[in-house]
Amino acid sequence: MAHHNQSPSEMVKKLGWLHKVLAEESDTTEKEMTDFVKQQEIISGRDPEISEEEYFINMGPQHPSTHGVLRLMVSLKGEIVQNIKPHVGYVHRGIEKMTEKMTYKQIIHLTDRLDYLSSTINNHAVCLAVENGLEVEIPERVKYVRTIIDELIRIASHQLWWGVMGMDLGALTAYFYGFRDREKVIDVLEKNTGARLLHSYYTPGGLMRDIHADFQKDIKEYIKYQRNLMNEYDDLLSNNVIFRERTEGLGIMTREEAIAYGVTGPSGRASNFACDVRKQHPYAAYDKADFKQILYTGGDSFHRYKARLDEIKESMNIIEQLVDNIPEGSYTAKMKAVLKLPEGTYFQRVEAARGELGVYVISKGDKVPYRMKFRSPNLSNLGALDKLTRNYKIADLVAIMSSLDLVIPDIDR
Amino acid sequence: MNSITNYIKTVGKALKSLATGMGVTGYYFTHRSTAITEQYPENRATLKLAERFKGEIVMPHNEKNEHRCTGCGICETACPNGSIEIISNFEVIDGKRKKVIDKHIYHLSMCTLCGLCVDACPSDALDFGGDFEHAAFNRISLTKILNKEGSKLTKDIKE
Repeated sequence: MAHHNQSPSEMVKKLGWLHKVLAEESDTTEKEMTDFVKQQEIISGRDPEISEEEYFINMGPQHPSTHGVLRLMVSLKGEIVQNIKPHVGYVHRGIEKMTEKMTYKQIIHLTDRLDYLSSTINNHAVCLAVENGLEVEIPERVKYVRTIIDELIRIASHQLWWGVMGMDLGALTAYFYGFRDREKVIDVLEKNTGARLLHSYYTPGGLMRDIHADFQKDIKEYIKYQRNLMNEYDDLLSNNVIFRERTEGLGIMTREEAIAYGVTGPSGRASNFACDVRKQHPYAAYDKADFKQILYTGGDSFHRYKARLDEIKESMNIIEQLVDNIPEGSYTAKMKAVLKLPEGTYFQRVEAARGELGVYVISKGDKVPYRMKFRSPNLSNLGALDKLTRNYKIADLVAIMSSLDLVIPDIDR
Repeated sequence: MNSITNYIKTVGKALKSLATGMGVTGYYFTHRSTAITEQYPENRATLKLAERFKGEIVMPHNEKNEHRCTGCGICETACPNGSIEIISNFEVIDGKRKKVIDKHIYHLSMCTLCGLCVDACPSDALDFGGDFEHAAFNRISLTKILNKEGSKLTKDIKE
């Protein structure tokens, strides 16, 4: 290996045998030799700008802890992370561009595929934007059902994250238990919407079909089951000494940083940034439920973990308050067959499982939007990763990234 | 001296936390009734799917081999992926020239099961089927013709 702090001529001398062979067989000058060495370095992927002690590795695009195709160029000095350059775009599907050719009803099924773990919440954002634009009155029943289903999805999402975070830190048991309990939520949703992951159950104006007769009964059964398990989660992972040592005091984000990077959702609220859209700008039936915004001041990986676990409990509170009070009525408002948004711009934000999702629609009065832009929570959360992991060990990078709970298709869109 | 007691205390606490966790896993290990593993595909015969399960799009036929599709093409325009193609003919029935479907082609390989066609159909001709084992050796077998051979439009649809 050539040394960087040596002059090129010294480097050439070090490669003695090559020098000899080339010098004997041809009229290679020293300049040609240095060019050759430089060329070799570029081919082998060494950046001449990085000093000898510092080197970079590619984490991803296929790495088990990124949970998707995210490529992180990690610059390291020994084991210490110097900086991270995320490379995104490996699952870019051009959803924003595709929306420009689709009617508002058809767009809904594409938004499922942004953050697939909070699929109905994404649907909700577009539905609300379109409904606000058309100024249609939505039946109360729809608002209640949408709120309940959104919270179920949030629970399912956090359960998956809980299991996966355990797995990232080496606790494979947590992974199985997380999935075991998520299955129960999925079953409730499957019975009602017909799908397990990508529901596309909402439609501008209401729901695809009315709720299942067993919907309320199933939810009550599920909540009873889940409440007993929250202590188990604490015993298994939250109080585990290895888990605590690897998360407490690591990846600290202050409130100012969270605001500056736009880190929302449980990750932001763990840094005492009150950013819960459900509380600050209530939509659907959130103003009917009494719940509190989970806020922590720690801002480290462990508090981000705690914030999510507490959100599961808080989501169950919301559901319990609403599930018995679903008003009777139609499951959809009277809508025209072809929806044409009046000319103008519309913005709607909702609280997805990972933070604030914004939908910005520009309409020229056609049945398709002129432009649609999604403000996805994961892209902003990923932006803070470089700051959070600087000067920590590379093993902590996995823990900190896991505590941010990134979903890659939402970053690329 | 103080640091040594602290050290021992920490070790004790750590061991206790590990034992608590092992207690949880131990419970599930000894209680076989809590096992939730399903023996798929051996349990195919007893497998129960949700009644609304969105497995594929089907066109229900009654016992007289009649379907409800008038060939209006609303599902074709509602579909976001172009998974549905309708080939229709004009036939003279009872002295009137009427549109009759020849083939209702459904590309399962392109379908995202969003449900817009089922929702849009004015005569409830389409429905979701529960079949979910769609693996195939070639792509052509995923293109299906939904109306059965020799099937007709049922008489109870008003136009």
